[in-house]
Parts: sequence; C-alpha cells; structure tokens
Amino acid sequence: MNTSPNCENCPVHHRENLVRLGIAMDRVDFVVALAGNPNTGKSTVFNNLTGLRQHTGNWPGKTVTRAEGGFSYGEKRYKVVDLPGTYSLLSTSTDEEVARDFILFGKPDVTVVVVDATRLERNLNLVLQILEITDRAVLCLNLMDEARRHHISIDIRQLSKELGIPVIPTAVRQKEGMDALLMAIAEVATGTYICRPHRVRSRSAKIAHAVERLAARLAASFPGLPNLNWVALRLLEGDQSIIQAVQSGELGNLSAGSQDFPI
Amino acid sequence: METGHVQHNEEILSLANSLRWDLGVDLHDAVIESVYEDASHIARKVVQVDEEGASYRFELKLDKLLTSRWFGFPIMFLLLALVFWITVAGANVPSGWLAALLVDTLHPLLRDGAVWMGLPDWLIGLLIDGGYLAMAWVVAVMLPPMAVFFPFFTLLEDLGYLPRVAFNMDSLFRKAGAHGKQALTMSMGFGCNAAGVVAARVIDSPRERLIAIITNNFSLCNGRWPTQILIASIFIGGAVPAYLAGVVSAAAVVGIAVLGIGFSLLVSWGLSKTALRGETSAFSLELPPYRPPQLWQILYSSLIDRTLFVLWRAVVFALPSGMLIWLVANVHIGGESLAAHFIREVDPIAALFGLNGVIFLAYIIAIPANEIVIPTVLMLTALSVQVPGVGAGAGVLFEADTVADTGFMLKSGGWTLLTGLNLMLFSLLHNPCSTTIYTIYKETKSLRWTLVATLLPLLLGLTICFFVAQIWSLVQGGGGF
Repeated sequence: MNTSPNCENCPVHHRENLVRLGIAMDRVDFVVALAGNPNTGKSTVFNNLTGLRQHTGNWPGKTVTRAEGGFSYGEKRYKVVDLPGTYSLLSTSTDEEVARDFILFGKPDVTVVVVDATRLERNLNLVLQILEITDRAVLCLNLMDEARRHHISIDIRQLSKELGIPVIPTAVRQKEGMDALLMAIAEVATGTYICRPHRVRSRSAKIAHAVERLAARLAASFPGLPNLNWVALRLLEGDQSIIQAVQSGELGNLSAGSQDFPI
Repeated sequence: METGHVQHNEEILSLANSLRWDLGVDLHDAVIESVYEDASHIARKVVQVDEEGASYRFELKLDKLLTSRWFGFPIMFLLLALVFWITVAGANVPSGWLAALLVDTLHPLLRDGAVWMGLPDWLIGLLIDGGYLAMAWVVAVMLPPMAVFFPFFTLLEDLGYLPRVAFNMDSLFRKAGAHGKQALTMSMGFGCNAAGVVAARVIDSPRERLIAIITNNFSLCNGRWPTQILIASIFIGGAVPAYLAGVVSAAAVVGIAVLGIGFSLLVSWGLSKTALRGETSAFSLELPPYRPPQLWQILYSSLIDRTLFVLWRAVVFALPSGMLIWLVANVHIGGESLAAHFIREVDPIAALFGLNGVIFLAYIIAIPANEIVIPTVLMLTALSVQVPGVGAGAGVLFEADTVADTGFMLKSGGWTLLTGLNLMLFSLLHNPCSTTIYTIYKETKSLRWTLVATLLPLLLGLTICFFVAQIWSLVQGGGGF
C-alpha cells in the first residue's frame, strides 16, 4: 500500500495502521486478552489481529490451550492472548480456571469479550462476570451478519451505556468491524476511553452487606486492589484458589499495579 | 513484618468464614441468579427480535433431523460414505499424473544427473533410489486423496456438523462410562491422533481423560485414511463388479471408521469397568448455529493447514525411511539382503494373522508416521517379488502409475482379499505413531499409561487379524473354493 508516513501515524488510518506481528511478541506495550463463550469467533478475531492461523472450526471447545500472538497498531505493540471459551467464570473446570486466572492475575490491559449477537442474553452472563474482575474491557458483538439474518436488532449505544464499555458490532469472518475494534482496543489500552463497568446489582441486601464488610477489610490489607467486591464475593463462596491467593499474599501483587506479573 | 501479613490474611479468611455462616448454603445459587437477572434485564432493553425468522425455524427442523434417534446415524454414515466415494473416484487420475511426473520423468533425470556428476553407486542408490523415490511416492499416493478428502471434511466442520455428530454419540459414550466430550476428542482424532490426545484436556476428570486419550487411536487419522481408501479400492472394490466398485469400497472405508468408533466405545467401557472405574460426569454441549461456509477459507485451511501439513510430515519421514528401506534391501548377509531375511523369517508368523512379512516390516519402519506405510509396502514388495516390467531393482520403487498397477503389483506379491482386509483392520488397530505416543506421554506424564495406550491397540489388532484369518481359512477350506 502506497501511503505516506503521515497517514500511517494518523489514528483515522485504521486497519492499514495494523501490522501483524505473528509470534513476535517482544517489547510489548499492552496485553490484550480474548475471552468469550465457546464458538463465538475468538480464534478468528485472534487470527485477524495477529496474522497467525490458529485452527478455527464451528464447534465449541476447540481452543484448549492459550494461544498468543502479537500486532502493532498506532506505534504501540500489543500481545494478544486467545483464552479458551467458557460459559462462566464461577464454577471450576480447567478451562474456566485458565481464563479466569489470566484475567485476574495476568492483568491484561484490555479484555476483549467476544459474544454471539444471536445469543446475547446468555453471553452477557459471562460478560458481567468478567466486568466484575476487570474494568478495562471491550465488547466485540460478533456474528452480526447472523443476527441480521435472524432479524435480530441490537441497540448498540444502549448496550454500551448499560455495560459501561465500548461495544463494537462485528462480523469477523467477513472482516467487518475490525477497524472499529482495533480503535476501541487502542482507546481503552491507552486510557483515552475510561470504562465504567456495570457491576451486578440484583443482590440481596444481606449479601451486599457481607460483601461490603469483607471488601472494607480487604482494602485495608491490599490497598489498591481493583476488584475488591469480586474478591470478597469469591472468598464468601469459599473459592479455594482465591483463598490460597490471600494466604500466600499473591493477591497483593494485584494491588501493586505492576505489569510484570509472569504471563 | 512477614508474620504480620500472614496474620492479616488469616484474619480476612476467618472473617469470610464467619460471614459465610450467616449467609447460608444457597449463596452460590443466589450469586449466579443475580448475574442472570442483570443479564436478562440488559438483554430485554437492547435486543429486539422482529418475529422468529423463517431461517431460524428451518435450522431447528434441520437439527431435529440430524440429531434424531432414527435418522441421526444413517445420515452420518451416508455423509461420510459420500465423501469417501468422491475421494476414491476423484483421486485416481491425478495420482497417475503425479507418478508419471515425479517417478517416471524426474527420477531417471535425477539418476542420470547423479551419474554424470560421478557420484558413487551406493550414494546414488541411497539418496535417489531410496530417499527421493520414497518421497516421490508419498506425494503421488497421498496428495490427491488428501486434496479431495480434506476440503469436504473441513466443509462439514465449518457448517457445524461435527457437534451434531458429538451430540448423537454422547449418550453412547456415557453408557460406556466415558465422558460425553470424548465424542469431540474422537472427532479431532479423525484429523490427527496427537491433536485428539491434546484436545482431551477439555475433559476435567482424570479418569475420563485417560480413557479419551487411550482410545483416541481408534479414530482413523489423516495418515491412515489414504491407506484405507487405496487398499479398499484395490481389494474390496476389485472383488465386486466394476460399476459397484466405487460405492462398495467407500462403504468398506466407512465400515472401518465405524468399527473404530465401536472399538473406541468397547475399550472405553472395558476400561471404565476395570482399571479406570468411577462416576460419569455430566456436561452440556451446545449445538452451534449452522454457518454458511466460507469457500476460500475452507480451501485454504484444508489445503494448507491440513493437506500440506500432513504431506510435509510424510515427506520428512519418508526421506530417512526411504534410505533405510534401500539399506535393508541392499545390505547383504550371506547372499541375501536384510529385508529378504526378515521377510522370509516373519512370513510364516504373519500368515497366521492373514498378513505378510512385508506388512510387518513396513509397520516397523513406519512407526514415525503412518503416512508412509503404503509407500514402504510398495517398495518392499517390489523388492521381494521381481515383477516383470515393473521392478527396477532391489529396494527401488517400481513405476506403477495407477491404482490398477498398484493392485497388480500387490497381487503378484501374493496379496489376496484377506491380506487387503486384514491390512485395513491392522491399519485401524495398531500402535499409534511415535508423535502420538510422545504426546500421550507428555499429557499423562505416566510411562505405564503410555505403554497401555501403545500396546493395547496393537494386541487388539493382532487378535482381530488372527481370528479373521483363521475363520477365513476355515470358510475357504470348508466351502471348497
């Protein structure tokens, strides 16, 4: 493509501004995690961003391990981690643990949640759980082509307002919406867009009170922990891996705000 | 300082414990419910469905049909048979072209070139008659069937048919005491067993995971499909009238694949009743929507990711194997080559199993990759029988251009319908390739289970072949052919 250097530095330049780095992931500025329900197109987003060819297929449970790749966009270098697809982060199975631990302990700068626009309600369950853990996320509302085919329309602005994060409608198999997705990732990563993530409200007063007390106690020991209420709730539920993180003090690493947690 | 931290942390945990008592046992459910409530609240606000679309109703109907109790399996077998039939019918001609180019034309050229360069005879033999010819054969024999088969297989995957297969199989696997997701790892195994073994990570229970890993080898992998298809078209297809040959040989390959699924279930059942006893865990399987296939994507991923990947692996392993074959055929002890010694010694034993010494030797040489079994068999057969007109010397691959020539070649080597049938059975039931064995070890971290996964199918295969051969000879003897 014959564009002048000025063009390439302009944020409006979008996809031409994307340099797929494949597996070259040294000196990254930001880490992007790809999460979502099984079979929503995470691996296709991953391939589109990195230029790698992670095997894609129309069936749930295809990605069992984490795949990693890199790209650069607007002079910044990004590392992308394709997490296994899960329906929730609550119950414990290996793939859910891989996904949750990465979002919690790997502390990605942006978590892109890829959802199936034709099954939004069920997909939102995972989105809300992710938004309890991290406050820097982008919703990739994928499979919009299928949603259109099934006469499903979604109020993008309203959804973005409800969730407090950017919502980008895409059809990644047709490479539709990748420009906007890249922009949103960059904006959240660089802090141009400040997310105000939705936190689950429909809880009984009794639970809310217990969470509040425990969270206050946690805040004293681990100042600056970004997801106090979530950690408190997990402790109340007796989540073994979080209990261990408290015991070993590993949870403290999260509050330190350091980027160099081993990923 | 350190102890102070620990004290703080213990305090937090004990506070959590006491609060948990107050909240009662249904906290977990209450938390999940609150998430669901918020999700449905948001969804109601933003999603609008303009009437249930006709396409949606069509998909529901299609799912009912594809996963129905009565039609699910027949449709599955028919689809598979159709794909094999197209493969059998479509691969023969291009195979001939490739053989003509790589074997008939390029091989003599290379040989002349090497002679002109003044290379010693043994080096020419080792490199060109051994290494190069084995590679050329792998390409000619393997490339066309793969190039036809994989795009269709990928098409079925892309459309969303594989999860429907898993759905159909799920109840069978659970009855066998295995995890329903094993249906998915089994489907992966139809591509590559090593990949299927890794995919078993989706199964959480160690017991069910081991079952899935051990039985994955019963899924015919990429490396074995071409063997099945070629042998079926020569021996099974050759045993029926010509107009039925394609259909019957496709049905035979489906039969072997289905037999593999049967063994997968049987062995899972056996293991879960003996060494790996335990509860069957529940899981949910989502039927993904049907998606319009992307033709370019399918062609790319099936030709580049699958066909070339398998072909490359085969070529890489064929080179040293080809040299090894040339060596065993040309190193003489007591006036006879090593290969001839082995084949002569093993032939009577192999005959008990309805196989022959060539097949045994080929399976030993081909442990690194199933893909090179057929080329090895052909090279060794060419060596052990000097067929007039096609043999070009010890350990040198003959120029058999078509399936018919290959069949003629094998039949001159004493192969019968029984040999073909038992080779198909043995190709299904034998030790996994070395890559898969290594993967099994990496995944299980257990020498014992790796050994079980390696030897169990081999013993099973030998047993089955033995019985088939014995029954065959009884029928033949009694029937007075």
